Amino acid sequence: MLLLCGTAQMADLIDILVVGAGPAGGNAALAAARHGKHVVLLDEQVKPGGQIWRAKDSSILSAPQTPEGSAGDALRAQITKAQIDHRGSTRIWQIERQSEGWDVHVLRDGQVERLTTKTLVLATGAHEFVQPIPGWTKPGVFGLAGATALFKQNLSPPGQRTIVSGTGPLVFFVASEIRRLGGTVAAVVTPNTRRDWVSKLPALARRVDLALRGALWIAHIMMNRVPIFWGCSVVSVEGVARVEGAEIQKLDANWAPKGETWSIDADSLCLGHGLIPSIEAPQLSGITISYRSDLGGWVPDIGQDGATSVEGVFLCGDGAGIRGATAAELHGTLAGLSAAEHLGARTAKERATLRPRFNRAARFGLAMTALSTPRPGFAMLTKPDTIVCRCESLTQTRISQEVEVGAASSNAVKSGLRAGMGPCGGKYCQTAIARFIALHENRPEAEIPPSAPRPPLRPVPMSALSANFDYDDLPIPKPAPL
Amino acid sequence: MIRLAPDQSAQIRRTEKVEFTFDGTAIWGHAGESLAAALIRSGRLHLRDAPEDADPRGAFCLMGLCQECLVVLEGQTVESCRIELQPGLDVTSLRYGADG
Ligand SMILES: Cc1cc2nc3c(=O)[nH]c(=O)nc-3n(C[C@H](O)[C@H](O)[C@H](O)COP(=O)(O)OP(=O)(O)OC[C@H]3O[C@@H](n4cnc5c(N)ncnc54)[C@H](O)[C@@H]3O)c2cc1C
Ligand code: FES
Repeated sequence: MLLLCGTAQMADLIDILVVGAGPAGGNAALAAARHGKHVVLLDEQVKPGGQIWRAKDSSILSAPQTPEGSAGDALRAQITKAQIDHRGSTRIWQIERQSEGWDVHVLRDGQVERLTTKTLVLATGAHEFVQPIPGWTKPGVFGLAGATALFKQNLSPPGQRTIVSGTGPLVFFVASEIRRLGGTVAAVVTPNTRRDWVSKLPALARRVDLALRGALWIAHIMMNRVPIFWGCSVVSVEGVARVEGAEIQKLDANWAPKGETWSIDADSLCLGHGLIPSIEAPQLSGITISYRSDLGGWVPDIGQDGATSVEGVFLCGDGAGIRGATAAELHGTLAGLSAAEHLGARTAKERATLRPRFNRAARFGLAMTALSTPRPGFAMLTKPDTIVCRCESLTQTRISQEVEVGAASSNAVKSGLRAGMGPCGGKYCQTAIARFIALHENRPEAEIPPSAPRPPLRPVPMSALSANFDYDDLPIPKPAPL
Repeated sequence: MIRLAPDQSAQIRRTEKVEFTFDGTAIWGHAGESLAAALIRSGRLHLRDAPEDADPRGAFCLMGLCQECLVVLEGQTVESCRIELQPGLDVTSLRYGADG
């Protein structure tokens, strides 16, 4: 039982609490509110929009509109109009079952707070995978997806002269945005080949609008004589205490590096290799996970329309598998309707008409996920002295020593070395370690599950705790016995 | 709408420039933008040293997850990618050395 100091605080019981205000969570909240439910929508970002439609910050007085901007503005306007109780800058760090439903512990304005809800819709989206390469920890290296946050929120390029290296469509979007925002792109480097893209033409033909936009990014880059290196990757970062350039190498069909390398000067590098579903919140609420390479890796087990085996918990969007933004919107509506149905609304007909549209959108999204997910040879880009765990500065060698003495899961590496126990919570090393073990021991990645998440899901400063809590009252379970 | 992306940087209107300090040096940024964005624009990329081996680090994920952009503001360690720039902020890096 959690004790709040001072006057006892009786939290209002919420009908549906939605975690994540992206395309999925935003639409889940709208759908549930249409059925008269009391909805609270939480997100650590200031405004709704999620990763793809992240809102501009208050330093921007006016700027040319973009497709991401107008889609985000439309969602934000709908959420305001529906009078949904949206709480921004609110981080969820723990979820606990209790008699009436769920306690959700949040951090807001430097204070911890507890909300109680009958049902939960978890729409926590994704974070990016970056294959560790020599020098990837240098200042001036940014995540490829992360860099888009700088474009959307701050309308700034990442440097004066940037190399953009990564998988899937995002690499071309990032290069095009850097040029739009006044930066220079030194080169675009992508492990995908033109043939990989041709193989996705059937999926692209189903979304002519998006295919055309992608073709424009590529045409724009080529017309401006920015070199595009297909079937290649940045394999190391040059520079002393910051990026000064990068080394590029060809990849074989399995994406292992092969042959000569060459260097290009730059002051910044955007590097990213696909997205990984953020499954920690679903795991904390007791949902089991399975490995699905087509969905981006380990995903929570879900049924139809976002239902799960845990009563009162619904999932949607990229957090349930990387299907892209259009599918996330529809999945969100479906999950919001399912949550409303759980509380007595009648939504079966509406869901039945939406389901085929969701399936169509998902097919396109999955084709893009397939282009974005690295092939097994890519793990060879990480060299023995490459830092894999950024938080603890652990190299591949230290991790492989642990693997050799029998740490055959990322969990065991975690407890032996503290890899994944740093402040990022393993988000930026866990998958690389699992893929390394898979390559090293010739086992499928499906046999190497991620470790169970431990709260807090986000860093909670001591000051926030001491203000309201006795430290012993924290609902943080003791570490599992090793 | 079909257009090949032109450079639109000149069409972006921002709030006034305001001053803040980073390791004692005066830097400008736009009020309301993220501290990390202002630091990146000014070329200050090296924000902290990794605690284990003093490896230089700077903003990486830009979405509040990696903790690589940590700096010290008013005695508190904060994620610079999630702090709004206000005039007069006194920011210090989490660095062991002072050069570079
Ligand atoms: C950095 C990044 C940039 C991307 N940019 C693009 C792009 O430009 N184009 C594109 O097609 N796709 C992009 N994607 C893919 C994108 O994730 C999806 O297509 C789409 O945004 C999925 O929608 P969603 O609602 O499922 O998740 P998201 O949009 O990711 O929304 C999830 C929301 O949950 C919030 N959240 C998660 N955990 C917590 C927590 N513990 N506490 C509080 N809030 C939390 C997040 O702040 C986020 O707003 C990007 C992905 C990432 C990671
Ligand atoms: S850049 Fe990763 S937390 Fe700020």
